[in-house]
Amino acid sequence: MVKFQNVTKIYPARLPEPRAQASGGPASFSGLKDTAALENVSFEIKEGEFISIVGRSGAGKTTLLKLILLEEKPTKGRIFFEGEELAKIKPGKLPELRRKIGAVFQDYKLLASKTTYENVAYVLQVIGASDLEIARNVPKVLEIVGLQDRADNFPAELSAGERQRVSIARALIHRPKVILADEPTGNLDPYNTLDIIKLLLKIHEMGGTLVLATHNKEIVNSLGKRVITLEKGKIIRDEERGRFIL
Amino acid sequence: MGTTLKRIIIAGWQDFSRDGGIAVATIFILVMVIFLASTIFLSKDISQFLITSLQEKADISVYFKEFVLENDILKIKEKLSQVPEVKNVEYVSKEEAIRRLVEKHPQLIESVQETEGMLKLAALNISVFEANQYQAVVNFLENSNFKDSIDFVDYSQRKPVIERIFSLTSLATKTGIFLSIILIITAILVTFNTIRLAILNSIEEIKIQRLVGASNWFIRGPFLVQGAIAGMIAVLISLSIFSLLIWFLSPKIEFFFAGLNLFNLFMKNFWILLLIQFSTGILLAVISSTIAIRKYLKV
Repeated sequence: MVKFQNVTKIYPARLPEPRAQASGGPASFSGLKDTAALENVSFEIKEGEFISIVGRSGAGKTTLLKLILLEEKPTKGRIFFEGEELAKIKPGKLPELRRKIGAVFQDYKLLASKTTYENVAYVLQVIGASDLEIARNVPKVLEIVGLQDRADNFPAELSAGERQRVSIARALIHRPKVILADEPTGNLDPYNTLDIIKLLLKIHEMGGTLVLATHNKEIVNSLGKRVITLEKGKIIRDEERGRFIL
Repeated sequence: MGTTLKRIIIAGWQDFSRDGGIAVATIFILVMVIFLASTIFLSKDISQFLITSLQEKADISVYFKEFVLENDILKIKEKLSQVPEVKNVEYVSKEEAIRRLVEKHPQLIESVQETEGMLKLAALNISVFEANQYQAVVNFLENSNFKDSIDFVDYSQRKPVIERIFSLTSLATKTGIFLSIILIITAILVTFNTIRLAILNSIEEIKIQRLVGASNWFIRGPFLVQGAIAGMIAVLISLSIFSLLIWFLSPKIEFFFAGLNLFNLFMKNFWILLLIQFSTGILLAVISSTIAIRKYLKV
């Protein structure tokens, strides 16, 4: 479903001087070095998998998810989504790709001016679902994440755990091909962390493909699913039923 | 398409109504701008009225010898009217000249008998379009076949005053145009920046909308709707204030400038004014929103 082929992502330390740029010189400047967030990364995510991407902070987990979501473009290498190379997707077609992906972020990324119901319904509006479908599906999903009573509350009126559950509801409401969860428990206490992981497992049991980026050892070890370990931008381990080892 | 449009309008209205403070600030700025545009539009007519009435005071008089008959003077008037530089020619008989003098200076009524000797010449009052055209008219009179009928032309006496009036009115017109342009540019920039700041507040939301797969139009649309709503409300507010002010000030202004009825001027130009207000308010808000949001849609 998603395939990385020798993908490298380098963030320039600083914009090069015009002269260096014109002569094709290096992108480093005044002693600052470019940062390689990912180096020569290759792997494949198959349909129905639950993959944990683990590693220390700065290992490249978030960059990897951003590349799938086309928030960033690789410096080298190719990424395919359902056989289509992401680099070849035109800007006008970008929303179509993102509609196939559900994303859960550490900082929730909810629309502050919309209620819980509206945040979840927004994705269905974006894909052009009918009012009837929205009215039927949103309450169901809110029930799955246990927020049926918080439908009319704005994000500012919700707890951290509740916000993350809204974020998950939004990520799964349109039945995406894959759900990317970037440190979804990073801001949560152990009780809420457990709830969120249970929810993700429930989605996986219903047939969903999930990619979970985390540095929470306990979660990864309790899942018993495929684990890809990143260190300094490189894949150092990729194991079926893996464990968090650093 | 219809559903999307409906959703964009509803989202625009929701964001507008939930965004209290920013919406009020935007409307306030738009009211100022619309008010300014309306004032500039009306002041064009007012200043034209004032300039014309001032220019009408700048004329020359051609006095005819005593023996010249009224009929002949009217024929000369006819010929003068055909001169391209001439804007207006008015015949003033000696009786009319006396009547005007008495009307202007009632205290002279008893000495009319004495002044009559001085005012018994009939005259043609001539006005032209530009100050420098008077010399051409004087030359025309001096070279005409009726030059022997003319007693004298008061151009040389009135020349300094005429030139001063024309240079003043020309300066007033140029200053008015210059000030209007400066004010309009300032107003556009202020509006654009207010709306840009309002949108700046929503950058994070725009990014999120992009990440969940919203198309550019689905993101941009509600901002345009908000701009249009703010524009419409601003038009209604400024039109109400403007109408009230005109209604209140019109009699007072007419007292100072006879013949200048501001309320009639307002009613005469009402639809054009409404069009200007709507286009200023709504277009300015919508165009500013479009430009301001453009760079944030590249996430």
